[in-house]
Amino acid sequence: MSNANLRIVASLLAGLLFGLGLIISGMSNPAKILNFLDVFGTWDASLAFVMAGAVAVTFVGYRFVLSRNQPLFEAKFFVPTAKDIDAPLIAGATIFGMGWGLSGFCPGPALAALPLLADGTLVFVPAMLVGMWFARFAPKLKSPREAPGIH
Amino acid sequence: MTEFTPLASLFGGVLIGLAAVILMLANGRIAGISGIASRVLPPFEDSETLARVAFIGGLIAAPLVYIALGGVVVQTVSSNLALMAVAGLLVGFGSVYGSGCTSGHGVCGLSRLSQRSLAATATFMAIAMLTVLLTRHVL
Repeated sequence: MSNANLRIVASLLAGLLFGLGLIISGMSNPAKILNFLDVFGTWDASLAFVMAGAVAVTFVGYRFVLSRNQPLFEAKFFVPTAKDIDAPLIAGATIFGMGWGLSGFCPGPALAALPLLADGTLVFVPAMLVGMWFARFAPKLKSPREAPGIH
Repeated sequence: MTEFTPLASLFGGVLIGLAAVILMLANGRIAGISGIASRVLPPFEDSETLARVAFIGGLIAAPLVYIALGGVVVQTVSSNLALMAVAGLLVGFGSVYGSGCTSGHGVCGLSRLSQRSLAATATFMAIAMLTVLLTRHVL
C-alpha cells in the first residue's frame, strides 16, 4: 500500500479511537460538559479526568514520537510553529468559549454525536461547519502593538 | 445533574491521547478536530483531504461501533434550535479563527507545552464557565 493510502487508514483508525474516547468519557453528552462548566452549580468534574488522561498519554507519547526523524508514513512532522499570543488566538478562543458554554458542544463531540441524530446536534453541526469555513477567510485581527498609529 | 464518572472519563481520555499519538506517529499531524474538519471543506490546500475525511468518518462512526458492541450512549442535547444554530456558528468560527479547540489546543497543545495553547485553553475555559454562570445563574 502507498504511504498516501496508509495515511488514510491511520487517520480512519485514529478518528475512530478518538471518537470512542469521546463517547466512553461522556464528552459527547453536552449536559455533562455544561455541568463541568457550572462550577457554582451542579458541578461534574469528569471533564478534568478526560483532560488528565488525554494529556498524560499525549505528553509521554509525543516525547517518543517527536524524537524520531520522521513519521511512519510521511516525510516530516507538521507541528505548529507560531509562538505569539496574538489577537486572533485570544479573540477566537473567546468566541469559541461563548458557543461552548451556550451549547455544551465543542467540535469533536458534536461530530461524534451526529449519528445519534438529536435535533440540536443536526442544527449545530452544519452551523459549525459554516462558521469554520468563514473563519478560514476572515481577515486576521491586528494585535494592539502591531496596529498602526498606536505607538 | 449528571453522574460523576472519573474512571470512564479517565479511560476515555487515555483513548483520546492514544489517538493523538497514533496520528502524530503515523502521519505527523496534530489531532485537532477544528483544523481537520475545517479543511475537509473546499478550497483544498494540500492533497491530504481524503485522510481528513477518513478521520472525521472514524469519529462519526465511533458511536455506531460502540452501540454495535453493546454500549449505551446517554445524551441530553438542547432542543432550543435557534440557540444551537448560534452556538454552532460561534464554536465553528471561534475554534478555527483561534487556531484550535479543546483537542488541538487543550490536548495536543498542552502536551507540547505550547504557551499559545495554554493561553487559548485558559481563555475558552474561563469564557465558557462565565457563559454558563450568566445563562444558568444570572439571566
